Amino acid sequence: MRAAFLALLRRDLALALRAGGGAGLGAVFFLAVVVVTPFAIGPDLVLLARIGPAILWIGALLAALIGLDRLFAVDGEDGSLDLLFMVEMPLELTAAAKGLAHWLATGLPLVLAAPVLALLLNLPPAAIGAVTLTLLVGTPAITGLGLIGAAFAAAFRRGGLLVAVVVLPLTIPVLIFAVAATSAAASGEAPFGTPFRVLLGLSLAALVLGPVGAAAALRATRE
Amino acid sequence: MRLVAEGLSCVRGVRHLFSGVDVRLESGRALLVTGANGAGKSSLLRILAGLAEPAAGTLRLEGDVPADEALPAERTHYLGHLDALKAPLSVAENLEFWRAVLGRPARSVEAALAEVGLAGLARLPAALLSAGQKRRLALARLLVADRPLWLLDEPTAALDTQGQARFAAIAGAHLAAGGLIVAATHVPLDIGPCDELRLGGRPAS
Repeated sequence: MRAAFLALLRRDLALALRAGGGAGLGAVFFLAVVVVTPFAIGPDLVLLARIGPAILWIGALLAALIGLDRLFAVDGEDGSLDLLFMVEMPLELTAAAKGLAHWLATGLPLVLAAPVLALLLNLPPAAIGAVTLTLLVGTPAITGLGLIGAAFAAAFRRGGLLVAVVVLPLTIPVLIFAVAATSAAASGEAPFGTPFRVLLGLSLAALVLGPVGAAAALRATRE
Repeated sequence: MRLVAEGLSCVRGVRHLFSGVDVRLESGRALLVTGANGAGKSSLLRILAGLAEPAAGTLRLEGDVPADEALPAERTHYLGHLDALKAPLSVAENLEFWRAVLGRPARSVEAALAEVGLAGLARLPAALLSAGQKRRLALARLLVADRPLWLLDEPTAALDTQGQARFAAIAGAHLAAGGLIVAATHVPLDIGPCDELRLGGRPAS
């Protein structure tokens, strides 16, 4: 079963990283959001540093959702999904392997890009560390929750908007606590640990609920 | 080993495709499912594969199957209309993936490719294959994992005469080794001892 899990992980990573796979798309979108924002806000460095964590997190949240609508849909269209129903590996693990591959190809680059992009927003060093750490903890939660929307999107043609509608409300708590933790680290007025621990809890819950929910959605929408 | 289905019926939307279909297939025999377009051949195969729920009826695999493996889906190869290939991956990568995921590995990737006549193309991206070559690659999937029941939906579609001969040899060898095959087809398949099930009409004797 481990061989099957690793094979699926390796295949999805290979598909994401090869030409036309779209692995770098999220990072490019993230870059675009963060680069454009200072031009829109104007040359106010104090304001920029204050809202910087929020901008980084909004960009990362939306970037992490890119590609999720096609995650199961492509397998459904070429017949692979039918065969993945007929293996010993539980559907939950199948969903988890696909989610992990998606996070490695889309979420991890966001975490790595965050310290560099944070410089563009004039963030103090403590806030740069905090935003990178919260992204490392929070982006897996977004991918986990996104799996549920991705599974529904496979059943419907043009499910792209569906992912946003189903998943975005679920990710709001992640966004709130991640930005709260980062702002606390930047200002030093409030403890960083309290919101960060809530974020850790949200992330752990999403990592379990995501694959289970996605498998349930795939079973429910199977024709 | 024996595939037993009793009283299967299928409803798509408001249409009754078939009802009261009984299947009793012994080890080493093939069942050819025939019928007009839309008679429900593919739907029957999907039900047998566990991919669709029958409106009524039961389905089981009898014989030397341990009780905890009574679920036929994990003992079943399903070759549908779609070939389940990823265009950016090479021929060998596609097959290696299914060999690892399907479990119970049987033949090696090289041996399976040689058997379907794709030996020289292992490193080619699947995107460059013709329709018939893609079908051959999908057939090779049946060889890399050991599963006794094969459900084949138009297995010879897009295959040339040489490919059809290779398919007949592969399917014949599977039956001779005690496997079971259910194939939906419009053309006669020369694969060994066959029963016939005609959907949308009275069953042939």
